[in-house]
Amino acid sequence: MEERRINVVVNGEPVSVDVEPRILLAHFLREIMGLTGTHIGCDTTNCGVCTVLVDGLPMKSCTMFAVMTDGHEVTTVEGLGMPSELHPIQQGFREEHGLQCGFCTPGMMLASKAILDENPNPTEEDVRWGLAGNLCRCTGYQNIVKAVLWAAEKMRSEGGAYVLGGRSRR
Amino acid sequence: MAQALDEIKIGGLGASRKRVEDDRFLVGKGNYIDDFKLPGMLHMEILRSPLAHARIKSIDTSKAWQIPGVHMVLTGDMAAQHNLAWMPTISYDTQPVLATDKVRFQGQEIACVVADDPYIAKDGCEAIVVEYEPLPVIVNPYQAVAEGAPIIRDDKEGQTDNICYRWEVGDREGTERAFAQADLVSKIELHYPRSHPSPIECCGSIADYNAATTKLTVYMTTQAPHIIRAAVAIVAELPEHMIRVISPDIGGGFGNKVPVYPGYVCSILCSILLARPVKWIEDKTGNLISTHYARDIYYKGELALRKDGKILGVRFHCDTDNGMSFSDAQPTKFKIGLIHSAFAAYGIPFGYMTAQGHYTNKAPGGVAYRCSFRVTEAMFFQERQIHAAADDLGMDQAEFRRVNLVKDDQFPFRTPYGFLLDSGQYEKCLDVALNAIGYKEFLREKEEARAQGRRLGIGISTMTEPLGAGNSREYDILGIKMFDSAELRVHPSGKAILKIGSKTQGQGHETTFAQIVTHELGIPAADILVQHGDTDNTPFGMGTYASRSTPTAGAATSMVARKIRAKARKLAAHLLEVSDEDVEWELGRFYVRGAPNRGVTIQECAMAAYGNMPDGMEPGLENNAYYDPPNMTWPFAAYIVTVEVDPETGVWDVLRMVAVDDCGVRINPMIVEGQIMGGMAEAFAMANMQFITYDAEGNCVGSNYMDYLLPTAWETPGFELHEVVTPSPHHPIGAKGIGECACVGGPAAFVNAVHNALDDLRIRNIDMPLLPHRVWEAMKYKRDVSGMPPLKTEAG
Repeated sequence: MEERRINVVVNGEPVSVDVEPRILLAHFLREIMGLTGTHIGCDTTNCGVCTVLVDGLPMKSCTMFAVMTDGHEVTTVEGLGMPSELHPIQQGFREEHGLQCGFCTPGMMLASKAILDENPNPTEEDVRWGLAGNLCRCTGYQNIVKAVLWAAEKMRSEGGAYVLGGRSRR
Repeated sequence: MAQALDEIKIGGLGASRKRVEDDRFLVGKGNYIDDFKLPGMLHMEILRSPLAHARIKSIDTSKAWQIPGVHMVLTGDMAAQHNLAWMPTISYDTQPVLATDKVRFQGQEIACVVADDPYIAKDGCEAIVVEYEPLPVIVNPYQAVAEGAPIIRDDKEGQTDNICYRWEVGDREGTERAFAQADLVSKIELHYPRSHPSPIECCGSIADYNAATTKLTVYMTTQAPHIIRAAVAIVAELPEHMIRVISPDIGGGFGNKVPVYPGYVCSILCSILLARPVKWIEDKTGNLISTHYARDIYYKGELALRKDGKILGVRFHCDTDNGMSFSDAQPTKFKIGLIHSAFAAYGIPFGYMTAQGHYTNKAPGGVAYRCSFRVTEAMFFQERQIHAAADDLGMDQAEFRRVNLVKDDQFPFRTPYGFLLDSGQYEKCLDVALNAIGYKEFLREKEEARAQGRRLGIGISTMTEPLGAGNSREYDILGIKMFDSAELRVHPSGKAILKIGSKTQGQGHETTFAQIVTHELGIPAADILVQHGDTDNTPFGMGTYASRSTPTAGAATSMVARKIRAKARKLAAHLLEVSDEDVEWELGRFYVRGAPNRGVTIQECAMAAYGNMPDGMEPGLENNAYYDPPNMTWPFAAYIVTVEVDPETGVWDVLRMVAVDDCGVRINPMIVEGQIMGGMAEAFAMANMQFITYDAEGNCVGSNYMDYLLPTAWETPGFELHEVVTPSPHHPIGAKGIGECACVGGPAAFVNAVHNALDDLRIRNIDMPLLPHRVWEAMKYKRDVSGMPPLKTEAG
């Protein structure tokens, strides 16, 4: 199949790649960029484990073609924070035991980031509504909600300005 | 004097230690099956049957072979040449790998295509042309035994009907006598609908056959890698030592990732035939319609009651819908799992049960979906039956349970079906739950609300369940006894590596099992690496399901650590220049009796094991332990739910949900609570929305996440958790299983609450899930609502 050149900023790093037009964004990130933190769950835009941020907005990368991100910025879990410097959302998930098998976690955290970017002081209800596009089978959500509220408080108390970890492609 | 170690600070027993696993999962560095890439790896996709029952007239694969990038198109006839068109099941039946003669359920595997990438492999599947001759379809057990029903398993010699097993247990005559003495007999009939464990990650495998060494390495999503190795050796007729099964990080299992599936077998066969690594990653529809389902049991039960509320006897029958193959994941000697653990919590003197299994045109299965072999069904039937009986007697729900629950001084208690309950404080758990929910106040509030036309309800579920199979006398799978193992190596510097035969799918083994070693040896948990999931590098174990890891592998971990401690004691005596008997132990340290300042740490003993052992002592500090539990562990739970049902629409909201769990000693309370909340969410899911059904043509309804509804954070209620601790008397550290209790006991609490809200309408039963239209129908027409397939349609 004929390939098309796309220019995308992935986790702060500009890349220029030839891709098949039918390649899904999730496959592009995983197979071509080697960023396997973005998972694939359902193929029908329901489970949300493939959630990434495109220009800061949460998108389900299994239902978006890679070519649609031409000229845009994509943030994956690898761009959220590094092991040595976790983003408050990642810290919150650890502190509140907001993950078990870990499969939904990257998508869940990026959806959480979108919630907090829009509303730095959400209620429990705001968080539950904001995460309604992401499924988790392990935790029962209660600790995920607590994790997001933990992160919100930490970000507020520290003044908010968090630079995404970015860069690390592997 | 050396200061005593603080066990909580070093991550021992009772520490809510943050999880080791999180380090990689939080930054996207987990290693799930789809994250692996091997040199020269090809990709496999499966073509599935669109029909539920049909004769295959022809399969034309010629166009698929012509697609550039396609390496292999495998059909049932080709698999048959390697004796792999069919494979054995855990329940001593057979299941097709790739269809040859007929398809017997929608989604059955017909062929697979191996190509350079998954996109091309999918193109290949689309290019295969299959001609079918449709046959009549069966979607419930009653159709299966109706006159003139087609014989689904006509491939099996001597199979002249659609029955796959018959089973009975208990004391038939004694139970009949009990019923003859009853003041009242309370009956109920209901259906536990078919459900799918549905981990978010689907199944997958990468088979890598090395033609030079003849070693087969299989990376796969399995909860039981050692059993899989044995199964692959048997099914594929390969030598077991030349098979290595690696189970990487698993994106949830819940029982779905215990069995062997055709996709695994095909990837292995294709890798052997092509001498290249072959990767198979299942899609969601494939997972939901073909991998093993759970539940799907029709229950008819009765209780013999005395006027004062005492239960004299219990009798029930189960009809199971087994799909096209008897594939239940269960210990060999049981045909319907441990369903006879129903009513165990109540001191009932007599019990008898029967069961019959049926072939239907549905996916095979019967996996233990977050439960210990059909125990979820057992406890749901039990608690629905108990709820109905209390209503029939006109007795308070809590009081009726209190009268019948096994009393603290009755343990160990033998149930009428032969189980031995190890320990518990059942009434105390019930009281904690009643207090927490404010039982009496809620009943008043309910009455006041009713007067205003609002419908409030409260549902109780109290239950115990058998977790942690074996013992090996009674429990085996395919002839392999159900014990578990652990191997512990302490390095010279006192850091350690623990290897276990069980396998986490999110339960946190890497965190918790280190804590057990810490408790036994005083080595900080951070200094212990837990390894699992690789059959070449871990001791034999039965895997993680049925809440058996802590009861079995956890116990083995304790026992191996104690062996290490025993050797360390000799090393300490040598270092301290005293005899063994004069050495005392405290956490992390030996000291001379009467002279506590003279001591050596476990780390110093470890160094001595490699550099300063006494004459004649074997060097090193490592050992292993195989643990055969003397009994199951029996946790207890009391769950209470309050709801409000909308009288106009049938929609119900959970007001509060209280969980009181007694799982014995809690190793990591944070993880235990996480397990309870996860189970409770699945309980809510099954009560509220999650199920798989079929239409009259055998089309699976619930074949993707648009139809198969799973609750999100928005629908899922909050949970209030409480604990009671009764240590297991036979487990080395007093722990009991916990991963599944809430999923097992929870559904009935929600369902009983909704029925309680309708208690003036003479409705006996609405089948799960309690969808708004079902509740509305029950209220509107004051009648029971069945959920039995085929799905009712407007036209039908």
